[in-house]
Amino acid sequence: MAGPMPGRGMRGMGLTKESFAHFDKNTFKRLMGYIFHYKWRFLLVFLCIVVSALVNVQASLFIGRLIDDYIGPLLLMQTPDYTSLLLFILKMAGIYLIGIAAGYCNSLLMVSISQSVLKKIRDDMFRHMQTLPVKYFDTHSYGDVMSRYTNDTDTLRQMVSQLIPQVFSSLITIVSIFIAMCQLSLWLTLFVVVCVVAMTFVSTKLAQKSGGYFAANQSSLGRLNGYIEEHINGQKVVKVFCHEEICKEEFDQRNDELCRNATEANKISNVLGPMMNNMNHLQYVLIAILGGALAISGVGGLTVGSVASFLQLSRNFSMPINQISQQINMFIMALAGAERVFRLLDEKPETDEGYVTLVNVREENGALVETQEATGLFAWKHPHRETGTVELVPVRGEIVLHDVDFGYVPEKLVLHDISLTAQPGQKIAFVGATGAGKTTITNLINRFYDIADGKIRYDGININKIKKADLRRSLGMVLQEVNLFTGSVMDNIRYGKPGATDEECVAAAKLAGADDFISRLPQGYETELTNNGANLSVGQRQLISIARAAVADPPAMILDEATSSIDTRTETIVQRGMDALMHGRTVFVIAHRLSTVRNADVIIVLDHGRIIERGSHRELIEARGKYYQLYTGAFELD
Amino acid sequence: MVKKIAKSIREYKKPALLTPFFMVFEVIMEMLIPLLIAKLVDYGIDAGNMNEIIQYGVLLVAASCVSMLFGVLGGRSAAVASAGFARNLRHDLYYRIQNFSFTNIDKFSSSGLVTRLTTDVTNVQNAFQMLIRMAVRSPMTLLFSVIMALTINVSVSLIFLAAMPLLAIALFLMMKTTFPLFNKVFRTYDSLNQVVQENLRGHRVVKAFVREDHETKKFTTISEDIYRLFTKAEKILALNNPLMQGVMYAVTLIVAWVCAALIVQSGNVPELGMTTGQLMGLISYGTQSLASLMMLSMIFVMLTMSQASMQRVAEVLDEESLIVSPENAVKEVPDGSIDFHGVGFSYAGDASRLCLSDVDVSIRAGETIGVIGGTGSGKSTLVQLIPRLYDATVGSVRVGGHDVREYDLGALRDKVAMVLQKNTLFSGTIKENLRWGNPDATDEEMERACRLACADPFIRQFPDGYDTVIEQGGSNVSGGQKQRLCIARALLKDPKILILDDSTSAVDTATDAEIRRAFAEDIPHVTKLIIAQRISSIQNADRILVLDGGRVVDFGTHDELMERSVIYREVYTSQTKGGEE
Repeated sequence: MAGPMPGRGMRGMGLTKESFAHFDKNTFKRLMGYIFHYKWRFLLVFLCIVVSALVNVQASLFIGRLIDDYIGPLLLMQTPDYTSLLLFILKMAGIYLIGIAAGYCNSLLMVSISQSVLKKIRDDMFRHMQTLPVKYFDTHSYGDVMSRYTNDTDTLRQMVSQLIPQVFSSLITIVSIFIAMCQLSLWLTLFVVVCVVAMTFVSTKLAQKSGGYFAANQSSLGRLNGYIEEHINGQKVVKVFCHEEICKEEFDQRNDELCRNATEANKISNVLGPMMNNMNHLQYVLIAILGGALAISGVGGLTVGSVASFLQLSRNFSMPINQISQQINMFIMALAGAERVFRLLDEKPETDEGYVTLVNVREENGALVETQEATGLFAWKHPHRETGTVELVPVRGEIVLHDVDFGYVPEKLVLHDISLTAQPGQKIAFVGATGAGKTTITNLINRFYDIADGKIRYDGININKIKKADLRRSLGMVLQEVNLFTGSVMDNIRYGKPGATDEECVAAAKLAGADDFISRLPQGYETELTNNGANLSVGQRQLISIARAAVADPPAMILDEATSSIDTRTETIVQRGMDALMHGRTVFVIAHRLSTVRNADVIIVLDHGRIIERGSHRELIEARGKYYQLYTGAFELD
Repeated sequence: MVKKIAKSIREYKKPALLTPFFMVFEVIMEMLIPLLIAKLVDYGIDAGNMNEIIQYGVLLVAASCVSMLFGVLGGRSAAVASAGFARNLRHDLYYRIQNFSFTNIDKFSSSGLVTRLTTDVTNVQNAFQMLIRMAVRSPMTLLFSVIMALTINVSVSLIFLAAMPLLAIALFLMMKTTFPLFNKVFRTYDSLNQVVQENLRGHRVVKAFVREDHETKKFTTISEDIYRLFTKAEKILALNNPLMQGVMYAVTLIVAWVCAALIVQSGNVPELGMTTGQLMGLISYGTQSLASLMMLSMIFVMLTMSQASMQRVAEVLDEESLIVSPENAVKEVPDGSIDFHGVGFSYAGDASRLCLSDVDVSIRAGETIGVIGGTGSGKSTLVQLIPRLYDATVGSVRVGGHDVREYDLGALRDKVAMVLQKNTLFSGTIKENLRWGNPDATDEEMERACRLACADPFIRQFPDGYDTVIEQGGSNVSGGQKQRLCIARALLKDPKILILDDSTSAVDTATDAEIRRAFAEDIPHVTKLIIAQRISSIQNADRILVLDGGRVVDFGTHDELMERSVIYREVYTSQTKGGEE
């Protein structure tokens, strides 16, 4: 969801001790770092704010001076001379114009600063996210990550573009008005300060009282929304089980609870405004009485005009103070959002110490020569540090795992002593129950995760020495769950190889057996796919993902067969596509179908992270072991 | 639309109406205050009369106390009314959705319904609170401040009145230019979020194909668009303040000039005309009237922005459920026989574009029926007609000798248990999930159902057994385990008909066979319909229904079909024969 989020509740609250406790200095500093990136512009903003504040003071003093310095003397003149008044008004007009210009300038600059900052944060966040290891994505919910791009950046937007400049201008206004007030009358100023302290005290009390309600409001809102999310998404199941009445009851419970808390929380925030407002009026009256008394008695040299000015000033003094106390809480909430954003930015990126790269080569007089053009012939460029020589190793697709151990968390190994050899062009099938470690092994080969112990070699090179990007480029992948991107079918196939021509993409689609249905789509290869290809069938999406892997034309492949059922005819086509794709490559298959398993060169049977059997289909059947039992349906690996 | 939504105010009508009423009093008091201040200055301070100062001071204190009282009352009733209204609105929406048929749900999509129940309701609630608090208050402030200014001095007030339409036009123009821009910004935000979402979901694809740079470029391009549009819109909006200030300052200066002359003429004697106190009053009323104009424009923006949400909420409230229990409904399902008579179905309800047609099939109680066919052949559609999740477009479906449309929906669905293809477990313990099938199920009954579904062994392996907490969406159990739990849940209904829509696809073949054996031995009287892709799941069924392109192409035993059905044979051979052999 884009757009401003509905009010988070705490708005309109005074400052509390807890709010200061939550103030995170480092996050604030870091955020200001982004803003100070535009320091000259920001300096200008600062100047503009000062000018605006000074003009504000002048505006507050205007009526008083008008009465005291101009109307008063005019009243005493026999024939009033309005020239000086006219000059005064023109001077004020000039000052006002400067103030308006400064204000406008300030807004314009702030717009460009805040939007630039937000863009930078947004881009940094995404760019950084691209470098994060697969582990990050496996351990964080997508919703949680998403909310940093939506809610958190939104609160940041409010903070950077509104809160920070507002707080600045409030502070400057307070200081300048305070000085102006002191100049008019120290006694009255003292009185105003006492009033403001009293008002802040009241608003703090209210804020403390409301804090509990707001927390309760937030949590019951979360509870209700969670319930809605889960049960509306499962609404069809609700219907099938005639669970409607129970759901209604459960829903009402949560809904009523939210209503109670929301009412209490809103009451306080709604009441705060009129209370503050009228306390200002009270203060106004008291100053009028006190000031009037002083002016009449002539104590402190107060004049009627200066009382009028002072009244105006006092009003402009307490306004920004109220504002700041309200904004502090929003400020702290926004900082919490900023902190979440920074936490993402602080996640450790994938490390890559690889120095062996994948290059195009051509053969010259029996020797390999590196070349820039796409020859379809690849080699590993292996610089040897000790000797300073560069070796070109032809890519053959031999992959060897040697005593590999692995655990997603160090304390708990999920793979033990895995050793296997895939000769170039061989097809290796992994068989085993859910959780036996089939997918985990493939995650290690392309280094989505790093092994705990042992070695994996690709054409004799330890894969830790190979640059990750190049390693992955040499390993095609077709995943169980198909993920397509918004864009045309052609774009999606080209995803496998950035510079591929249309012809190459079509050829890949033909190889995968996808060309047939793509040509029959309304716009053929230019058909737009949205929402992960929701307009296509499961089988069709799989065909596109096979074509995507085919266009990359890698020497080795990892295939995770889909478990989701597609009809047999489509499956036959998908299977044919897969077979075509596997031809002549080293392939690791996570198999769910007997047909795939049977024609594999080597079948590896896994159980609880260990290889329990290996061999060809015939060998394993003859061995009458677990594979045989599994195959004949007599044994369940789970 | 507004009327429809306003119906949800119900018992909160009183606070909803009281709020603007309180606001009117607050405004009146607030308007009196500058007048009293003017008097206090004129008769008190200027005249040097302490008695007058105190007299007007007391009046002022009284006025602001009354204003505070009404302000507080108004704030409280607004809180009660808006929170209550939101509660009722959510309640009405949720109850309406509970009556929705599958067709209704499909129309809105689950995520669409969630948004309506959450974000949209909140938007409507905020707009409502704004409306009852401000929509009356601001025009009142405007009206009263103009009246008060007029009572002080008509000709000077005309200066404000002249400025107002100017400001209004300027505000209108500004809104008109920024509105489409902001709309565009929000749409661009949507595509930005889409990129992030696809990237998150497909992170393995991105990494496997080393397309991080491509993704980053995609993101930054849209990010740049947002930057450009947002900056443009906000720069226009930045005109707002200078405009407002400019008008206010200009008016103040002109008024000051005019009033100064008037005051000098009257000699600052209240009886003779304009005074300094009145000047202050005029300026404060003028500023207030202009500010309330600004407030009005903001209300207008808020309401317009919430309009889309209101529309979406009203759509749900307007939606009539297509499937409801008839009057004098049959409450008892006599047996598990099923008859399809010339059944045709179209999701759009259009008889000329059927995705299922001419189905004439009779199934006896207690039979086990396998259903097989390609994607889009209409298998799921066919079985969903039995518990009346959808209504047949043509023809009729009979269960236990009665047309399904004659049954009470609850009674029918209680006896026709269906395990959906896209199934859901809810957060809660395994027991709680199982009780969906039968709220009063005993532990023994649950264990029995789980044994039948081959779920008991793995549940026992969990440290907490049947009290293991299932996380939202069932993410802490494997696909096969989830399917078996769903089957157990359906079995607890003690149904007369059990439908498994591809419900064992993630279960391994041996367990699958085990479940089927248990079904045959332990619940022989239950009619079982099994949709499957795996031929082994259905080949032992009493009869097998072969669907193709929305039509029944054959119906018979495995042996019969092997003999006469080309499609069936094709499926069989492709699954049992390995690739090369």
